[in-house]
Amino acid sequence: MSPSAYKQKWLIEQSMPITYALLFIVLSLTVENFFSTANIVGLMLSVAQIGMVACTMMLCLASRDFDLSVGSTIAFSGVLGAIILEHTQSIGLAVGGGLAAGAAIGAGNGVLIAYLRVNALIATLATMLMVRGLAFIVSGGQAVGIANESFISFGDARIAGLPVPVLMTAACFLVFGVLLNHTVFGRNTLAIGGNPEAARLAGVKVERLRVWIFLLQGLVTALAGLILASRITSGQPNSAQGFELDVISACVLGGVSLHGGKAKIFGVLVGVLIMGTVENVMNLLDVDAFYQYLMRGIILLAAVLLDQLKTRGQRG
Amino acid sequence: MSASLQFDRVSKHFPGVTALDGVDFTAHAGAVHGLLGENGAGKSTLLKILGGQYRPDGGQLLINGVPQHFSSASDAIRAGVAVIHQELQYVDELTVTENILLGRLPTRFGLVDRKRARLLVATRLAEMGVDLDPDARLSQLSIAQRQMVEICKAVMQDAQIIAFDEPTSSLSHRESAVLFEMVKSLRAAGRTLIYISHRLEELYALCDACTIFRDGRKIVTHPVMAQVSRDTLVRDMVGRELLDIYDYRPRAAGVERLQVNQLRGQGQSNEYSFSVRGGEILGFFGLVGAGRSELMRLLYGADRRAGGSVRLDGIELTTRSPADAIEAGIVLCPEDRKEQGILAQASVAENINISCRRHDLVAGLFLRHGREAQRADEFIQRLRIKTPGREQEIRLLSGGNQQKVILARWLAETDLKVLILDEPTRGIDVGAKNEIYKIIHEVAKRGCCVIVVSSELPEVLGIADRIIVMKEGAISGELGREQASEASVLQLALPDATVNNNQEYSDRSFK
Repeated sequence: MSPSAYKQKWLIEQSMPITYALLFIVLSLTVENFFSTANIVGLMLSVAQIGMVACTMMLCLASRDFDLSVGSTIAFSGVLGAIILEHTQSIGLAVGGGLAAGAAIGAGNGVLIAYLRVNALIATLATMLMVRGLAFIVSGGQAVGIANESFISFGDARIAGLPVPVLMTAACFLVFGVLLNHTVFGRNTLAIGGNPEAARLAGVKVERLRVWIFLLQGLVTALAGLILASRITSGQPNSAQGFELDVISACVLGGVSLHGGKAKIFGVLVGVLIMGTVENVMNLLDVDAFYQYLMRGIILLAAVLLDQLKTRGQRG
Repeated sequence: MSASLQFDRVSKHFPGVTALDGVDFTAHAGAVHGLLGENGAGKSTLLKILGGQYRPDGGQLLINGVPQHFSSASDAIRAGVAVIHQELQYVDELTVTENILLGRLPTRFGLVDRKRARLLVATRLAEMGVDLDPDARLSQLSIAQRQMVEICKAVMQDAQIIAFDEPTSSLSHRESAVLFEMVKSLRAAGRTLIYISHRLEELYALCDACTIFRDGRKIVTHPVMAQVSRDTLVRDMVGRELLDIYDYRPRAAGVERLQVNQLRGQGQSNEYSFSVRGGEILGFFGLVGAGRSELMRLLYGADRRAGGSVRLDGIELTTRSPADAIEAGIVLCPEDRKEQGILAQASVAENINISCRRHDLVAGLFLRHGREAQRADEFIQRLRIKTPGREQEIRLLSGGNQQKVILARWLAETDLKVLILDEPTRGIDVGAKNEIYKIIHEVAKRGCCVIVVSSELPEVLGIADRIIVMKEGAISGELGREQASEASVLQLALPDATVNNNQEYSDRSFK
């Protein structure tokens, strides 16, 4: 391959990060108040939840699965945490209970999909409805207020100028990046996404792995739900509606293939940042919320079309 | 004879590879033109250019002397070209009629005129002497019948040039015979036929002329197939002399290592018992559907076991999954390489390391990238895997090289005891076959048990120390290398009613 062909290939592969970098520079120069520490930190905080869950959604999509239940899980774990906190005043129990609930939901999804062979879309659509229902039932349909100061301060705390939720999201990217690229778990996830039967015959324990992926997804989602509850000082049963679609959008923007087998953690990070940046800028420019939906749809479509062009290029 | 299809200095380059380099040849009307070459020689690329899927970078394609510039598959169809690909292209849940007329269904008042469509197809099927129900869904048909549908479609599109890409690779002997008749009648009707196959017998039986390719170049065109010797063909294809491709060398038989006792699959009534010695190559022969692959999958833990026992070196194994089997030292190269063997999007290195990497993790968790890269390079060199590098996606390799990668995956297992190969050389060219046989012998020489399942009789006769024959889901007999001949093996393999059809098989002059 000639040097120019390499250059071209590199450009095609890195098109999304490059686009984002250009977007960032242009916005910094043109949009007032965009390039300031306060705004950038605010931007990152606004995508903290999406970012965390995108890490595990990436694994899920990479293994050719799908999870629609994350929005409901966020709401349920937040509500459950708030209720446990109200009754016991124990942060440990509240966090533990919320995480356990998330892990159980995830594992349930995993068992349904891997062992009982229910289509992932249908299985998680069902759990999405059920878990949302549970969130309303346990809270009686009302927001559950949180009075525990130390729990609330967690969402507001800063270390080295960065909010704790942002740092935890960063930690998630680091952990799942390592998991994806440097462990058997990550490699096998890509393998079963590429071809489950071939992976099984190569010795991958496909069913067990899928349950683990969903379990991790539930766990991380519950963590995001608890952080959200801490930030809004209550467990809201109707929070995070449509959250699953934001997360999946971010992954797709980041180049994760819905056909499984392909995922890059850096791409997902860029996808999440694009989502956050676009929303942030539209807020700064005071764009009507109605138009924001339109814009997000257009961006998602553009990203997918770009990806199509890339694969067409590969076919020669 | 008018020159109906001419390739004029056709070239095609892909990043890093020259697939075709100035290829010239002419195929005449009313003749079958064979294309030969090892995998990766450029035949498939040539067919894709003919079918309008690829555009050549240089040179041109002429039909009846008129240059053609196909920019899509439909351009090629319009110009009267049909390509019958190895992977057939049909819609499973539509009927024969609908598939044949797909895109051109006759309509009445904007609605599909089912009656007329059915009549049209039924008439043509009868004319061609094809016994197919126009209302059958494709999913109910055998592969051979689906292929017939595809050929009928080409004929009904009035294709004057029809190309076949390894049409017999998944057909039984009898089905192949039907196909040959069809090809011959198309030739008699004056159509121009291109025929690709790895089976020299077929080429001799069908082709009038042939062109040989190697590494993207045309080596030679023989205008009269009958005047070319088999040795010349093979030499031109592989670029060197290949005397005995099986390369059999007697080995000292070791002790019995693998003992399979009354093994039975779930929902199955047949029980299987056999044993393999260390250093032995055990062949499994049977017709398609005789239950060989199912037995191997059972042994490998890929399908659920319902009863019986498997002992390896005296130790009872309870394999519930392929992972268990691998842990015990039993590995399988599956029958369907593309769907069950390779991880298509992953790199060569990834495909080699996927299983054995579990032994060299840091802290039981993290991969050793350096060690894995080194191992990949080692095997690429040792098995002579043709690839631009270890990071190449495996799907871009030729069939023979893909198979070598799968072999490398299992040879990398330090504690390999039983190597099971299901159709190890299907769709693989002569040169690569020979290399794969050499690897198989080497594994046996190390004292491993080797089981080779094949529906190519010469292959089983050529490499196995002992042959187990299967028929209709059960083991029907066992023959030592000395007792085994085409006749004795077929006697055991053919359903009782057809034993006297034996001649048909032997006629296909196996070598």
